Amino acid sequence: MLVRAEETTGTPAGAPAAARRPGGGATFLWLFAAMVAAGMVAPFFAYPVFLMKVLCFALFACAFNLLIGYVGLLSFGHAMFFGGAAYVCGYGIKTLGLTPELGILAGMAFAAVLGSAVGWLAIRRQGIYFAMVTLALAQMFFFFCLQTRFTGGEDGIQAIPRRPLFGLIPTTDDRVLYFIVLALFLAAFLLIYRIVHSPFGQVLKAIRENEPRAISLGYRVERYKLVAFVLSATLAGMAGAMKTVVFQLASLSDVAWQMSGEVVLMTLVGGMGTVFGPVVGAGIIVAMQNYLSGIGEWVLVTQGVVFVAAVLLFRRGVVGEIAALVTRARARGES
Amino acid sequence: MFELIGVPPAVLFGQLLLGLINGAFYAILSLGLAVIFGLLNVINFAHGAQYMMGAFAAWMLLTFAGIPYWAALVVAPVLVGATGIVVERLLLSRIYHLDHLYGLLLTFGLALILEGVFRSQFGSGGQPYPNPLPGGQNLGFMFLPNYRAWVVVLSLAVCLATWFMIERTKLGSYLRAATERPDLVQAFGVNVPRMITLTYGFGVGLAALAGVLAAPIYQVSPLMGSNLIIVVFAVVVIGGMGSILGSIVTGFGLGLIEGLTKVFYPEASNTVVFVIMAIVLLIKPAGLFGTAK
Repeated sequence: MLVRAEETTGTPAGAPAAARRPGGGATFLWLFAAMVAAGMVAPFFAYPVFLMKVLCFALFACAFNLLIGYVGLLSFGHAMFFGGAAYVCGYGIKTLGLTPELGILAGMAFAAVLGSAVGWLAIRRQGIYFAMVTLALAQMFFFFCLQTRFTGGEDGIQAIPRRPLFGLIPTTDDRVLYFIVLALFLAAFLLIYRIVHSPFGQVLKAIRENEPRAISLGYRVERYKLVAFVLSATLAGMAGAMKTVVFQLASLSDVAWQMSGEVVLMTLVGGMGTVFGPVVGAGIIVAMQNYLSGIGEWVLVTQGVVFVAAVLLFRRGVVGEIAALVTRARARGES
Repeated sequence: MFELIGVPPAVLFGQLLLGLINGAFYAILSLGLAVIFGLLNVINFAHGAQYMMGAFAAWMLLTFAGIPYWAALVVAPVLVGATGIVVERLLLSRIYHLDHLYGLLLTFGLALILEGVFRSQFGSGGQPYPNPLPGGQNLGFMFLPNYRAWVVVLSLAVCLATWFMIERTKLGSYLRAATERPDLVQAFGVNVPRMITLTYGFGVGLAALAGVLAAPIYQVSPLMGSNLIIVVFAVVVIGGMGSILGSIVTGFGLGLIEGLTKVFYPEASNTVVFVIMAIVLLIKPAGLFGTAK
């Protein structure tokens, strides 16, 4: 079983979880070990820059999933945290001469501040309005980035140097940088897992399932939502800053609404509310983009088709559907 | 020439007129979104793409079939509305029982498909559409181009006609009843699924009509819808989707404010609607005409 059954049903549809199974920790450990092993051997089989792209977007999708999967809030503006942190990190490294780890921290700090402001506004509305508010605020941030000086306008911030990590470890070699990115990704992934399975995470899920009841139980729902939003924004910022370090570039496409759409797509395809789903989804979508990059505009069409197909045919996502199959097979085996 | 607060009146009124026209598009599009959401519980993310399709339909009718603007004004919305009906029957009708968010995701995918197809066929650049009403009137304080005046008058008429149809006719009362309690209306013998289908077609047709109106003013480009729809979402958040007149007033009002911003502080003209949205969220989170749920 990939994830707990309760998580696979935890789509925003809020379907009542029929089969709640205790445990699942051992399964998680096995799967996590498998992911680490795959991450260790992957650069010997695939192009490291491609793998780093997958890891950055996987983290982005995991951060996004923290909101949609566990609080039931669909943010259509996460590109502003991803792209905003990418700009701050790029500016810090290139112009201020920061080392990569400080650049990433600066990007995360910026995303946290921006996330606090946006979250504070956006959690005043629920459901469909929340999605529209975040989208509109992200578009406002996009125009800000387009007009302000330090982002470089249409050119973006280019040729950001790969400075040594902590001033000691050189990062110019893609293989070396890959393992740094892998370590950062795994740390953030474990942090998200810990958040989701903490008492705090349980309250988040309670809000997702039945907000009025959570309020009546005395939880300050607004605060929980805001903290979850800021956490999600900060981790999305970490992903954006890591992407800047890898590609030595921060540009307008990082803050555009298409980027917000992409992270929604990755999470939807992989499985909303599953632990490993966003990672799988990011792998699928990034591979698809690489594979299809030769056919130009049809990438957009393909993404749209995948969106429609995912909503109509496999709403639980790849991981969610597999988990549901396994659960059903086990239930049959037990009866 | 006298000056008004340091701005030549021709510039001021010119921008106000352009703001009024943009406001007309905001009003028509948010009206369509509100009508669709009321009955289908789907936020139609493809609305911007369907507006773009309306403009392209007019352009293609003229370029490939020689059908002039005045005929396209009727034919293009009907054609695009028909594609909306197909979409509703094939796709949207399968997801009504799900959370609203899935409707948003599905129509977002649809918008990507439409935009991608048109971009691959016509490129990202714009296609010019000839002005069907050249010339204009000199009003003394400003020059009023005939076509722009026509757009403002027609969109106001369309908005008010829609309001009248929904709030004052028998068909509209069925529609409002079905928005509240579709099951009861169905029990009274009204074919609610067909009403839903036609409503979606109507909303899409409205978006396409706005697209036809926009074609001679802006260039016909595959990207014209995606940027507009995000502003329209902000308009919907500001106005709330509860009231038809509310969306009309909010749409025109925000267009005017945007026009004024272009005169006095052009750097903020792209973002002023979003700033107003943030302020409205702070003061009245349910929206100006919305009711808190």
